[in-house]
Amino acid sequence: MTRRRHSGWFWAQLAFTLLVCAFLIVPVGMSMLAGVTKNYFIGIQSGVTLEWVVKVWTDYRHTIFLSIKIALACLACTLLIGVPAAYVLARTQNAFTRTIEELLVMPIAVPGLATALALIVTYGTFGGFRRSWLFILVGHVLFTLPFMVRSVLAVLSSIDLRTLEEGARSLGASFSQRFFGIVLPNCRSGIVAGSLMVVTLSLGEFNMTLLLHTPLTQTLPVGLADTYASLRLEVGSAYTLIFFVIIIPLLIALQWASTPRAAQRPPSDDADFDVRSPPQPAQPSHRAAPAHVRS
Amino acid sequence: MSAPDGIPIRLERAGKTFDDGTRALEPTDLTIEAGETLVFLGPSGCGKTTTLRIVAGLDQPDAGGRVWFGSDDVTEVPIERRNVGMVFQSYALFPNMSVADNVAYGLKVRRVDEAERRGRVAQMLEMMHITELAHRRIDQLSGGQRQRVALARAIAPRPRVLLLDEPLTALDAKLRETLRVEIDRLLRSLAITTVYVTHDQAEAMALGDRIAVMQKGRIAQIGTPREIYQRPSSAFVAGFIGAMNHVSVRADNGYLIGSGTRIPWHGSAPGGQIMFRPEDVSIHDGSVSPAVMEGRILSAFFLGDHTRLSVDLGAGDPITVRTEARCSFAAGDAVRLSLPAERILWPEA
Ligand SMILES: Nc1ncnc2c1ncn2[C@@H]1O[C@H](COP(=O)(O)OP(=O)(O)OP(=O)(O)O)[C@@H](O)[C@H]1O
Ligand SMILES: [Mg+2]
Repeated sequence: MTRRRHSGWFWAQLAFTLLVCAFLIVPVGMSMLAGVTKNYFIGIQSGVTLEWVVKVWTDYRHTIFLSIKIALACLACTLLIGVPAAYVLARTQNAFTRTIEELLVMPIAVPGLATALALIVTYGTFGGFRRSWLFILVGHVLFTLPFMVRSVLAVLSSIDLRTLEEGARSLGASFSQRFFGIVLPNCRSGIVAGSLMVVTLSLGEFNMTLLLHTPLTQTLPVGLADTYASLRLEVGSAYTLIFFVIIIPLLIALQWASTPRAAQRPPSDDADFDVRSPPQPAQPSHRAAPAHVRS
Repeated sequence: MSAPDGIPIRLERAGKTFDDGTRALEPTDLTIEAGETLVFLGPSGCGKTTTLRIVAGLDQPDAGGRVWFGSDDVTEVPIERRNVGMVFQSYALFPNMSVADNVAYGLKVRRVDEAERRGRVAQMLEMMHITELAHRRIDQLSGGQRQRVALARAIAPRPRVLLLDEPLTALDAKLRETLRVEIDRLLRSLAITTVYVTHDQAEAMALGDRIAVMQKGRIAQIGTPREIYQRPSSAFVAGFIGAMNHVSVRADNGYLIGSGTRIPWHGSAPGGQIMFRPEDVSIHDGSVSPAVMEGRILSAFFLGDHTRLSVDLGAGDPITVRTEARCSFAAGDAVRLSLPAERILWPEA
């Protein structure tokens, strides 16, 4: 076995990639580090502390819980509205549905501030509604729904949905049987990708929420802006740290849920039809005896 | 569940006009006997799929048309409740399920209990020789394997009617042959009323108890493969099943006269053209009855058990002659042919 020789060009590319990564990741790391530094202006040699993290947690944890609550509620709403909407759009192809598809980008194209203002102008006088977290939820659903619809629609248009459903009908399946048994499982990847989008967008949404929130309905990003504006830099950074600790496992979990796993395959007694080969024994190493027998 | 052996199907003035005004099927009357295999044969776009979808209940016939399953008028009954098994050209297998789950689907939605379901699925997989594929995903199957799964899935719920839309078209010739034999055996053993759509005449001849040849939204002729082959009702049907020669003639004094052609003829001559099959002409053997055609060989293909000649009669299209004579032929040779008068066909259209 000959070792592959890498050209100078390869090393140049690698260096460039690492540089770009560093450019993006270093500020994140610095910020997180600032969150556990005693005094940022002196630097990390001033000592490491969890004081700021604890302070943020005691003063701002309600914003974190509210953000998670809104994100999950937003996900539920976009699933309930978005998936059936995508199904209808995929099944009916006419001028009307094409117009709807075009209009779907509107909430993304229009600045969040404008949407928020429109909501306030229209519903701001309904006091109870204006003061509740549901007001923010409406804004978030408006903003994130197109992402869910588009993501599911993309998957649905890539499969021959009509024929699949006709197949199910010929076997006697009612509408609900084929919707839940055939349509949903086959657009699972779109639903998961859409959910990922919706949750992260909702958690991080700032523009619109800044106008929609009230002092009692502060979300995480709004609270973060608040701390950076009015408190010590270390507090804001500690806040960022907590944000990352919450969002990264969430992203990983969603990513994990979206990849189809072999574990879903039922175990079987005869393995000879398994096309995925079992793990191959490692290549014989240089030190292996010449009489090494491949299994 | 109803008996697995089939029921008769009847179409009554069933036609289909699509929204854009396309007349895909002229109003048609048709009876398919219980347990019979009827093959719809015709060129692309002639309305085969449309007719099948009307029988299936995926499409409704135009107003006035009726569909009967036995003594039930099922015109308004959607496919879900018609108890039909269907095999699609694109298979339409569910990619989110294993082979076994695909086959079990029809039983599951009918709420057949678990134990019976398993038994029936195992039986179907065995019947189609795909037992060892039971746990594979659909995207891990070859085309032929997919088709077997599609068949197993369609017959697992014991439908009253089996409908197949060009099930073998996507496969290569060799596999098509194998599966054709298997489908034939399957249909004979099931004795279920079957409608089979194809544009392959060999498939139609092999599988059909009867063949309905379709042309532009009409049934041009319906009959057993033998009837269709030996007594085609029109030049279109004749040309669609097997090869056919056409020669222009005029009746003259007890003969049919054409270029290089002189056939004794005493009946009526209903047209200006005669048709005959390549295997019905033979090389004149010098016996007492005179040769009826003379021409020059354009090409000769030796095919082992027979030789195919293309013969120019002097005018018109060259004719094809299939001969088992054991002599050698060369292009340019003059050749004399005989043709039994009873094998001559007159196209009506
Ligand atoms: N949904 C539809 N809307 C309009 N016209 C249609 C529709 N479906 C089929 N047609 C037309 O109806 C005619 C018959 O179509 P059909 O699908 O029955 O043909 P076919 O015999 O099955 O052909 P093929 O062998 O190509 O499958 C064609 O001219 C086709 O273009
Ligand atoms: Mg067709």
